[in-house]
Amino acid sequence: MRHFLTILGHEIRMLLVNPSTYIAAVIFLAFMGSIFAGLLTDYASAPQQVSPAVAFFELFWVPVIFIVPLLTMKSISEERRLGTLETLLTTPISTAEVVLGKYGAAYFLYFSLWSATAGFFYILHRFTHDAFLLDIGPLIGGYVFIAVSGFFFVAIGIFASSLSRNQAVAGILGVTVLFALIIGTQLVSGLSVLNQELFAPIKSSLEYARVFTHLEDFSRGIIDTRQLLFYISGTTLTLIFSILGLEAKLLHS
Amino acid sequence: MPDPSSAIVVENLVKSYAGTTAVNNISFNVAQGEILGFLGPNGAGKSTTMRILTGFLPATSGRVEICGHSVAGAPEAVKRVIGYMPENNPLPEDMRVVEYLYYRGRLKEMNRKRLGLRIDELLELCDLKRVRHRIIGKLSKGFRQRIGIAEAILAEPPVIIMDEPTIGLDPHQILIVRDLISRLRGRMTVIISSHILPEIEMTCDRVMIINQGRVVAAGEPAALKRELFGRARYDVALAGESADLAAVLSEIDSTLEITSETMADNDGFRSFVLNADTDEDFSESLLTHLARDERFRLRALSRAHPTLEDVFLAATKRTWDIIDSSPAVVTPNP
Repeated sequence: MRHFLTILGHEIRMLLVNPSTYIAAVIFLAFMGSIFAGLLTDYASAPQQVSPAVAFFELFWVPVIFIVPLLTMKSISEERRLGTLETLLTTPISTAEVVLGKYGAAYFLYFSLWSATAGFFYILHRFTHDAFLLDIGPLIGGYVFIAVSGFFFVAIGIFASSLSRNQAVAGILGVTVLFALIIGTQLVSGLSVLNQELFAPIKSSLEYARVFTHLEDFSRGIIDTRQLLFYISGTTLTLIFSILGLEAKLLHS
Repeated sequence: MPDPSSAIVVENLVKSYAGTTAVNNISFNVAQGEILGFLGPNGAGKSTTMRILTGFLPATSGRVEICGHSVAGAPEAVKRVIGYMPENNPLPEDMRVVEYLYYRGRLKEMNRKRLGLRIDELLELCDLKRVRHRIIGKLSKGFRQRIGIAEAILAEPPVIIMDEPTIGLDPHQILIVRDLISRLRGRMTVIISSHILPEIEMTCDRVMIINQGRVVAAGEPAALKRELFGRARYDVALAGESADLAAVLSEIDSTLEITSETMADNDGFRSFVLNADTDEDFSESLLTHLARDERFRLRALSRAHPTLEDVFLAATKRTWDIIDSSPAVVTPNP
């Protein structure tokens, strides 16, 4: 635990002094800002059914697929490429502490970036004072969803990083897995083939794993323990695989 | 319980990768406060052995104990008593020197107050004060190497393992590093590997030469020379019969004998190598005897001083001979 905090502090520091973090942050905020501005234009021209928060979070997957691998791809693959993993693991630290420390730092940054988007809603609130535009329920639901799903998405990024000593490979792998998880489940569950009775179990399990369903529920204020369990078990499993994968790589190095 | 006599005990250590045996049944002990030099050609298994000692790589079989802790059984305890500098000295590119040392110290469980003092001391000792706030990635090889050494001795561990600490340094920096290592003598047990043989000879109490994953020679540098080359060796360039020469030699000393001779050149001169089994110097009596004798014409005579380089070459050559003559020994153990 003591080492975990040392590594966490170190990793956060390294992320904060790294220019690529700021590039990622600027791109992320510029992108989210333009989405938000676009939404507001829509709301100004015609009345809409849902609150802006719901519409805003529906596009969460675009930054997730690109920002998460950007933040995590370096973490373990860089250590392996430089060989500093060897010096790191010859101090009294376990591989679990290394992986968790890096995971914690990446998650911290991921959630900080998302927290910054709260500023958009604050500005909206300052200038409109319209209760409909700032419906607090979907807003909190949306951020809780981002926080909970972030555990899993960042863990996937870390896992991808533990598989290769090449950052680019780790990054592309991360994008692919996240795409399959978020968009893939959405596309496959929409296939008409699955409506046959034979595929009913597959359809129901896909429905259960569909990230957009989770988002809708969270936005409506429904916090389902099954969904929480999905993310928490997914996170745990992915992190365990990262730790085991790293140890296996060491055994065969 | 820590064993007072030996800091490092290695018994029948074997490490095999898919199909090849990198370390083949190595056993050795290192006493506390001793500096052991590891020599061997590239791919001999030096780095693999060192990595196993640090607990970074698991061994295939065998037993390794460091300060009484088993590497396989108590890796955490072992990691607390070693300072390790890997081959090529990997360092993070984007940290400042002081930051890096501080981070490493915290990982090695040093308390903040002691760490600050210790870092100041090390910066002084390793001549790094000028670059303390510079970014590591922008420093030259010599500085990086010294940062690696400073990091290895940071927590003042009883055992220090350094893989080629002087590689890529200029002669002046090698001198500094040598001084640094000598200063550890008696206080810390040190294992260093190197290709620079005079380096090892000067700093180490004992050397171990390994080749093809096995120990081919071990001992103090002087003892090794004696073992491989006899106590004294003379090179003589002389025209004359070897039988006559042998007769003269036995007159001078009973242990003096010809170990090798070459074919006569155009002028009838041959080069002889003579060996004697005493420490006494026969150069003068050889010179007077051979010069006076009319059967011989003497052109050159010198007492050879074998360097560690000769020992290294002879010892590694010996293993090649053994391996060539018995191919069965290189097949990996199942």
